[in-house]
Amino acid sequence: MSAVDFLLWVRGPGLAIASIIFVFGMTLKLFEIFMLGRKKNLAELRGSGIKEGFVTIFTRSRHADTYSTRHTKFTYYSGWVFHLGLFITVFLLTPHIELFKSFLGFGWWALPTPIVDLTAVIAMIALLAILFHRITNPVLKYLSVGQDYVVWALTFLPLLTGYMAYHHLFFRYEWLLGFHILSVCILLVFFPFTKLTHAMTLFISRWYNGMMGGEKGVQQ
Amino acid sequence: MSEATLERGLRALKEQIDTPIASFFSSCTHCGMCATACLFYTETENPAYTPINKVEPMRRVWEQEYTLIGRVKKALGLSKPVTDEELEEWKEYAYNACSLCGRCTVVCPVGNDITYMIRKMREGMAASGHAPEGLVGASTRAIQTGSPMGVKLPALQAQARHAEKDIGIEIPFDVEGAEYMMLMSSMEIMNYPEYMQAVAKIFEQAGKSWTISSEAFEATNSGIQIGSSDIARELVSRIVNAAEKLKVSTVISPECGHAYTAIRWDGPNLVGRPFPFKVRHILEVLDEFREQGLLKTEGFEEAKMTFHDPCQLVRRGGVIEQPRTLLNMVASNFVEMSDHGMMNWCCGAGGGVSANEDAEELKMKAFKRKKHQLDELNVDTLVTACANCRIQIEEGLEENEMDIPVVGLTEMLAEHLVEEKKTEG
Repeated sequence: MSAVDFLLWVRGPGLAIASIIFVFGMTLKLFEIFMLGRKKNLAELRGSGIKEGFVTIFTRSRHADTYSTRHTKFTYYSGWVFHLGLFITVFLLTPHIELFKSFLGFGWWALPTPIVDLTAVIAMIALLAILFHRITNPVLKYLSVGQDYVVWALTFLPLLTGYMAYHHLFFRYEWLLGFHILSVCILLVFFPFTKLTHAMTLFISRWYNGMMGGEKGVQQ
Repeated sequence: MSEATLERGLRALKEQIDTPIASFFSSCTHCGMCATACLFYTETENPAYTPINKVEPMRRVWEQEYTLIGRVKKALGLSKPVTDEELEEWKEYAYNACSLCGRCTVVCPVGNDITYMIRKMREGMAASGHAPEGLVGASTRAIQTGSPMGVKLPALQAQARHAEKDIGIEIPFDVEGAEYMMLMSSMEIMNYPEYMQAVAKIFEQAGKSWTISSEAFEATNSGIQIGSSDIARELVSRIVNAAEKLKVSTVISPECGHAYTAIRWDGPNLVGRPFPFKVRHILEVLDEFREQGLLKTEGFEEAKMTFHDPCQLVRRGGVIEQPRTLLNMVASNFVEMSDHGMMNWCCGAGGGVSANEDAEELKMKAFKRKKHQLDELNVDTLVTACANCRIQIEEGLEENEMDIPVVGLTEMLAEHLVEEKKTEG
């Protein structure tokens, strides 16, 4: 298979298959969550909790606890930097927006490519630091299972291959772009069946957390 | 209760898993932030005490039963089943090292209500026979005698007679049609009888009718702590039956944290119907009296004092401002701890830890967090609103050779009541 054939396959049928698995998997995931249901709360409530649920979706992005802020600075700031860097790289790079536009029918404002290039590097450095922290911090070492390292690699590879493709490093551009798209395909396939789902389910979790507290009148 | 077996435990865990639990497990990225929110971790640095680790067996039950991938892995023999040995190991994490204080719930960045998860995890632990002996004993006594400490009606009546003699006010029992029905914890009956006297004095001044039911006076609920909805339901039902029989409009939960959660929030869900009466914590009632001008105090405590928030009142109950408003009525030098209200630190003995002999040593280690907070403030008095917190704090202060008196807020208010009869006379 030539580099061009490979590229054509991954960005055509490859990406289509991965997208279908992703959509099917996420639909299944949401079904698995919502089919379980939640019993109606029969206690005399102080509120519906709806407002607190929505508020918590946003407020939980920052620490409410000064003690935890002091003692988890690394996790907190590296988490922020990585997620922000990843978000900018995925959604504000011109070629990515073009791709979204091709199947959504609309696009949006992009950041200059050198800036996104920098955010990708920052996201990769943050991810490497997060990995180092995971293998050296006693709590994280204790908690971590194989999947934690797999999802780390699944997230890191698209950033690395994208960076290499943009800078034409070591391989022919078609191979590099093909690898980049392939790494995204793998990410999409694994996404619904691993803890990568947190990117979507955290909205549900935060909502329930805030809502259940709100029913009792607990401030968020 | 039928015999505890692993099969029953796994079935109980399966039944506990609902939409929020599935979402929480799907969201956890093992970031470890819940560790520093937990005083059992901060004071021991044992990574196994990281809150989300306390529900690991339940996570696997969820994965193996409620996810496609988990079911496939289970069918192929690729998943690790939950065993009795594992649950026995988890007894230490899910009971000894957790007071259900709720700090992890407020800190988790993906929004997991880990306390809600651990409470459910305990259902599986109890049903599989892996609950600590101390809690099994307390639950058995609660079912058989009506009190986890074995305090029976004659003991309460004797305390009531002492109180009547001391303050000259009747302690009413079984008064049909009274507005309020007062619950108490065994700890208050035996260790802090001044609470009953304080309530009698305040209600006398407010001119409100109240009663104690001789059939259901115990507020605490070991079923909630051990994780047995069957036991919890039975204990709540006794209160509901008594309140309905006496036709009261409000049931008052005493100065006890988990009793409030048990009757106020879990109670109607346990019995499966809304209550025809209201449930209020004593501090909510006192604050309502204050708003209505029925709680009149005079004079101020000049000692430097702080307030220890019972976790079940703040993070799990939403009673945050009332104690502060009430305290400011009678304290001129009230200072807050560094983390207070919503982010208070637990005393170390809630959620059944105090009834669990296996946790004796650990709960004193956990108390060190409260000690740090108190060391920062250098207060003369500590005020709280939970008999269980109070006894743990008193024990902790004693062990750490700290001379700080601990006072219940209701009692302190009662000591400052305006003596109207005197002024009329």
